[in-house]
Amino acid sequence: MSEASGSKKLLSLVCLIGGAALLVVSLALDFMGSKAGYRGALLVIGIIGIIVGLYILPTLKYHRTLVYVIFLFPLLFAFAVTVIIPLFLGLFYSFTNWNGIRYTEFVGLANYTRMFRQPSFIWSILLTALFVVFNMILVNLVAFLLALLCTSKLKGMGFFRASYFLPNLIGGIVLGYIWQFIFSNVVTKIFTGMKFSMLSDTKTAFIAIIIVYVWQYAGYIMLIYITGLNTVPGDVLEAANIDGANAMQTLFQIKIPMIAPTITICTFLTLTSAFKQFDVNLSLTNGTGSLMFMGEFLTNGTQMLALNIYNTAVVENEYAFGQAKAFLFFLILACVSILQVRISNSKEVEL
Amino acid sequence: MHRKEPTSRVVIKFVIAIIIAAYILFPFALVVINSCKATADITANPIGFNGVSIGQLMQNLNDVINNTNFLFWHAFGYSVLITVLSLILLALFGSMTAWVICRNKTVWATVIYFTFIASMIIPFQVVMLPLISTFRDVGKFIGIPMLQSVPGIVFAYLGFGGAMTVFILTGFIKGIPYDLEEAASIDGCRPEQVFFKVIFPLLTPVITTVTILNGMWIWNDYLLPSMMLGQNGKVKTLPVAVQAFVGSYVKQWNLILTAALLAIIPMVILFLFAQKQIMNGMIEGAVKG
Repeated sequence: MSEASGSKKLLSLVCLIGGAALLVVSLALDFMGSKAGYRGALLVIGIIGIIVGLYILPTLKYHRTLVYVIFLFPLLFAFAVTVIIPLFLGLFYSFTNWNGIRYTEFVGLANYTRMFRQPSFIWSILLTALFVVFNMILVNLVAFLLALLCTSKLKGMGFFRASYFLPNLIGGIVLGYIWQFIFSNVVTKIFTGMKFSMLSDTKTAFIAIIIVYVWQYAGYIMLIYITGLNTVPGDVLEAANIDGANAMQTLFQIKIPMIAPTITICTFLTLTSAFKQFDVNLSLTNGTGSLMFMGEFLTNGTQMLALNIYNTAVVENEYAFGQAKAFLFFLILACVSILQVRISNSKEVEL
Repeated sequence: MHRKEPTSRVVIKFVIAIIIAAYILFPFALVVINSCKATADITANPIGFNGVSIGQLMQNLNDVINNTNFLFWHAFGYSVLITVLSLILLALFGSMTAWVICRNKTVWATVIYFTFIASMIIPFQVVMLPLISTFRDVGKFIGIPMLQSVPGIVFAYLGFGGAMTVFILTGFIKGIPYDLEEAASIDGCRPEQVFFKVIFPLLTPVITTVTILNGMWIWNDYLLPSMMLGQNGKVKTLPVAVQAFVGSYVKQWNLILTAALLAIIPMVILFLFAQKQIMNGMIEGAVKG
């Protein structure tokens, strides 16, 4: 027993020292400016060596804590590097003249004041708000009606449910291009009165985005409503039936109040996802569309906030400005979703 | 249970259901039909079947698959690799993290948990720009390129998918009785053995849910790979390849729709086999998340 623990100790020490040595070598190479490809491998092996060494070190007292730390490390590390650090860096960069690589001066609130003087950005905010409102109403309404249809006992409902959900499986980029084809080639052929594609005019192009979005998203929300409707107990419906309630009364006085939590979830989902809409916007219209707004001629008639931020930074190369816009975007989203949850919760209590 | 519905109403409902299904499936049908045509036939009549032939489909497929902007098998392979790696690591590390959070009543465990929850509201746009510069610097420092590389993008998905994964998994692990772990400890299991031998096998249903949710997101995601991999990099996912391809072929609808067909098919095939699991996973994710 003591011999086993002795050899274990030796092994763990070898791992620890070897790992530390590799780590030091790889970092030294890094500081000497070496471009060697094996540097990364050395680093990773070094870290693994240290972890293994610590792990087999026979100090049972701290063993549990050590296991916890090792278990937490990978995800927390990834989370810190991809979310937390960029979040704070981004907040800092939004006050500078950052160009994506470096910054030379601190500009204070200049980026934030500038965006409110930019008509194209104000337009994007208004358009996004309009889009969110339309979608929250339309998607929920359509999804709820589909859910009612799918919960009534009909033959082949499994097929209908699956096919209504199908568009949600496909990414927005591909769907956007398919619908671009439909609007510019097929719709004009079916409705011969239409001379031009819906996508060529700002107003109809906006309607087109809403159509595609409802088409894609309603099936998913429908599934959640179906789950909600299925939780309404059968005996309650039966009681209502015996009392002589008609279908409308059952719907408005029993089903809808009983699925209030589901409605909260669905409005929240449609709100946040419509607000962040990017893929379909990019591939269907790429934000184009001309209009007069605030005395200026704009060419981004169908550009929603997410796309506006992307274009500001990536296309126009104004990284700090785009970052400041992104923070405003985040603030609006946070406020609106908190407000929505509050309102829904208070409604639920009343019932 | 119900009063029997009059037949006329059943028929009306059935007809409505069929009409809606036709409307929803119509775009997919158009993609399939028009992938079998030449451009001239598509512009002449995009709805009809004239000009449809298997030969033309093969021709289109051949043109698209070997196109230098698309490289279907290349993009498909990378998409599969990135998705599968991310899903495995998310499931493993996510459940490890969730378990530690559940089994620690300390302050820092609570702080970590609430940080994860709070971070779920952060839209990707807020972090995407500094993310690129951070990854560039980290890559330079450790000597493993993090941009335009598979390890880099898998690492990013680990960071972005982590919060929701941990959130759903913690909800499930809380419901597992602690007695089970105590019994295993008394029998001489070390903490890591308790996790891998007792807890992890119990997580199968919830890991399925998490994997479906994350899988749908990662497979279809466009913005993150387009930012991290670039439009013309060596490593490309399927959505990025479609975007790069369509950008280079304005109005060549036969090729564009064939590319769309190729991008749709893997997901539809998967859906046919795992319909129930996918739909249930999406529902559970929404209700819990």
